Amino acid sequence: MDDVFKALADRGRRKLLDRLFKRSGLTLSELCEEMDMSRQAVAQHLGLLEAANLVSTVWRGREKHHYLNPVPIHEIYDRWVRKFERRSLKALNQLKQQLEGERND
Amino acid sequence: MTRTEFVYVTYIAAPQQRIWDALLKPEFTRQYWLHDNVSDWKPGSGWEHKSHETGEVQLVGKVVEVAPPKRLVMTWAAPMDAANPSAHSRVTFELEPVDEMVRLTVTHDELVPGSDMEKAISGGWPRVLSSLKTFLETGKPLPTWAKAKAAR
Repeated sequence: MDDVFKALADRGRRKLLDRLFKRSGLTLSELCEEMDMSRQAVAQHLGLLEAANLVSTVWRGREKHHYLNPVPIHEIYDRWVRKFERRSLKALNQLKQQLEGERND
Repeated sequence: MTRTEFVYVTYIAAPQQRIWDALLKPEFTRQYWLHDNVSDWKPGSGWEHKSHETGEVQLVGKVVEVAPPKRLVMTWAAPMDAANPSAHSRVTFELEPVDEMVRLTVTHDELVPGSDMEKAISGGWPRVLSSLKTFLETGKPLPTWAKAKAAR
């Protein structure tokens, strides 16, 4: 879990994750577009994201494709968010249901 | 038509055979997925994903490839698309030992971009895999669908 927090604690790496959220399966060259850093730096960031299991990869021939893997983020949510916020989320959800119900009527 | 895909990975500290059983046997799937996965798991057979509570069939498909306890390939569709192969997507489970753990990779591909199925699974798989991991490692499932239900 330390790996995940470290991996997320960088704007460039968060941008890479955002780009993979928008479009999955990008190669290193495709990910280098729109990134204000060297190819080598992008490759290093991707290595860190992969080590933290936030990015999964598939080789097709000589090309490595990258995918957002949100499973560790979900584990953090289960461990660090759900437990503390269950009660307030329930109240918010009830409020949301009431408001949406009124709007739909 | 352009299709899209997702690749999910989780590392689980449990024996490979137990993870395999947890994916295929309804007495396990109902505990962390709240659904029964029902099939004889032979290539060419059908499979169904049914609500354990109501028995309602929510997903259907065909078993494509079975190599226990390593690899399972199946097609995946809404029940109304059962007879329409072009609407079927494909799910591959791969289990591979890594050190003391097992890497479980779920590849969901041949999805129609922007479809309801794409939206549903991209939220669903992280939740299911996170719950599966907790179930196998602690014996207790997470309230997998609690938030989704409460928000409905």
